[in-house]
Amino acid sequence: MQIHDTPQLKAEARNLNFYYGEAKALKNINMPIYDKKVTALIGPSGCGKSTYLRSFNRMHDLYPGNRYEGEIRFFPDNTNLLSPDVDPIEVRMRIGMVFQKPNPFPKTIYENVAYGLRVRGETNKRALDDKVEQALRGGAIWDEVKDRLHELATNLSGGQQQRLCIARALATDPELLLFDEPTSALDPIATGAIEELVHELKKRVTILIVTHNMQQAARVSDYTAYMYLGEMIEFGKTDQIFIKPSDKRTEDYITGRMG
Amino acid sequence: MNSHAMSANNTSGLPQVSDRLAYNAMRHWKERLIEALLLAAAAVSVLTTLGIVYVLVSESVSFFAHVGIVDFLTDTQWTPLFDDAHFGIMVLISGTLVSSGVALLVAIPMGTIIAIYLSEFADSRVREAAKPILELLGGIPTIVFGYFALLVVTPILQVILPSLPGFSLLSAGLVMGIMIVPYIASLSEDAMRAVPMSMREGAYAMGSTKLYTAIHVVVPAAISGLAASYILGISRAVGETMILAVAAGMQPNLTWNPMEPAATITSYIVQVALGDLPHGSIGYQTIFAAGLTLLLITLLFNILGQWLRAKYREAY
Repeated sequence: MQIHDTPQLKAEARNLNFYYGEAKALKNINMPIYDKKVTALIGPSGCGKSTYLRSFNRMHDLYPGNRYEGEIRFFPDNTNLLSPDVDPIEVRMRIGMVFQKPNPFPKTIYENVAYGLRVRGETNKRALDDKVEQALRGGAIWDEVKDRLHELATNLSGGQQQRLCIARALATDPELLLFDEPTSALDPIATGAIEELVHELKKRVTILIVTHNMQQAARVSDYTAYMYLGEMIEFGKTDQIFIKPSDKRTEDYITGRMG
Repeated sequence: MNSHAMSANNTSGLPQVSDRLAYNAMRHWKERLIEALLLAAAAVSVLTTLGIVYVLVSESVSFFAHVGIVDFLTDTQWTPLFDDAHFGIMVLISGTLVSSGVALLVAIPMGTIIAIYLSEFADSRVREAAKPILELLGGIPTIVFGYFALLVVTPILQVILPSLPGFSLLSAGLVMGIMIVPYIASLSEDAMRAVPMSMREGAYAMGSTKLYTAIHVVVPAAISGLAASYILGISRAVGETMILAVAAGMQPNLTWNPMEPAATITSYIVQVALGDLPHGSIGYQTIFAAGLTLLLITLLFNILGQWLRAKYREAY
């Protein structure tokens, strides 16, 4: 292992604290997110990994009483995503998200994927068609839906819906893609398809993925962070975390003694 | 053989198999009684409806023995109590449709906008305060709305539109619209709030604004509920009586102009029913023919509503 193979930073959390009202959910998180790599967040339920993930695209702004402290720097422009001066809509224009439960809109397959483009003001039919196709190919679902683009997306199977949601997020060329336990509602075959897709996607986009499934973290990620009770316990290369964790608590979790 | 021996030797005081069966039978008997009572309660409403339909249809049958159905639908005059009697129901239908149209032009946009505001924009304190007030508006007796239309709205409208007569479909329709707003707003808001938060989060995560999310995601997701609220609004408008009887004038007038006074099906019925028509006369029977027409119009909209709901029903 060389020291100089450290890739470029895409984002970095600096002294990040987060409060749901009075309750402190994230405690002084410092962590890099590397460009065009997959970073997995693992940890027991309630450890704050989803809370952390949802800070990146300011989802917490949707609910009253939530408060951030500290910074998440976003590169190359070194923007602080959490700054009150930064419009959350601008943030979400650059950072895509795929949710735990597939949540396609009650629209056609085509309109689901075109949604983000329309939000950004794209009206050219040709451009929309092209980008929708590209995104559906990117989501590895084009072949399954190309003949029924104008059917309701809610008629697709769960696994297809999730890949559609990935395509929807990809359509707008996000710089960072957030996955919040994207396979927890899917069967093993659909899960395998999504994992393969994540592997494919990291060529073009930085990925941050929350997962309950440690095998999944080991399979898909380059870096892994273990969180516990709102703290970042350990961060490192995935093989290192899984083979030789330096913190006892990480080791206990990974070996199944806890969590 | 074995069971015989067991029951013969049963001294433990535990219930025997035969006792348990008797108890079950008893319970079964009670259950059936309760079932019968529930059925009877349900039957009351069904039988009432059937009774109404029976009376309407049977009286209408004798009415149509005197008046041809073609005349009924095509005649342009409605003068059932005159010596030269005409029975053109279109005269009353036009008044009903124009006043309902005016009402819905007010109620549907306003109700939907209020629902969007309450469901997507208002913070919870505003919503908790506004909803009961809104629903209170639905509790005001329609006779009060009727005089409000006649004594407040009509004079105000006359300032803007000097040619407006003292009775008009416009004034009655506007106030009827205000009366219907709470129904549409409240039901639409319920439908929109039932849209799961995950759907909104998906939209926000794509970078949409609140308004864009509301219009392009929440409203389409709630469309079957919105359609149901509109259908209810239409039924209320078509069936509304007092506001029209008070503020729209009661003279039959075949018109599509809301600036004119006109009778509607309902206001005709209330007018004639207040007089003393001999039972079984043709004038008396017109009440039922008009009532049946009203029932069919409402039924038509209900079927339309059911069809819309089935077509756009949303499974989250």
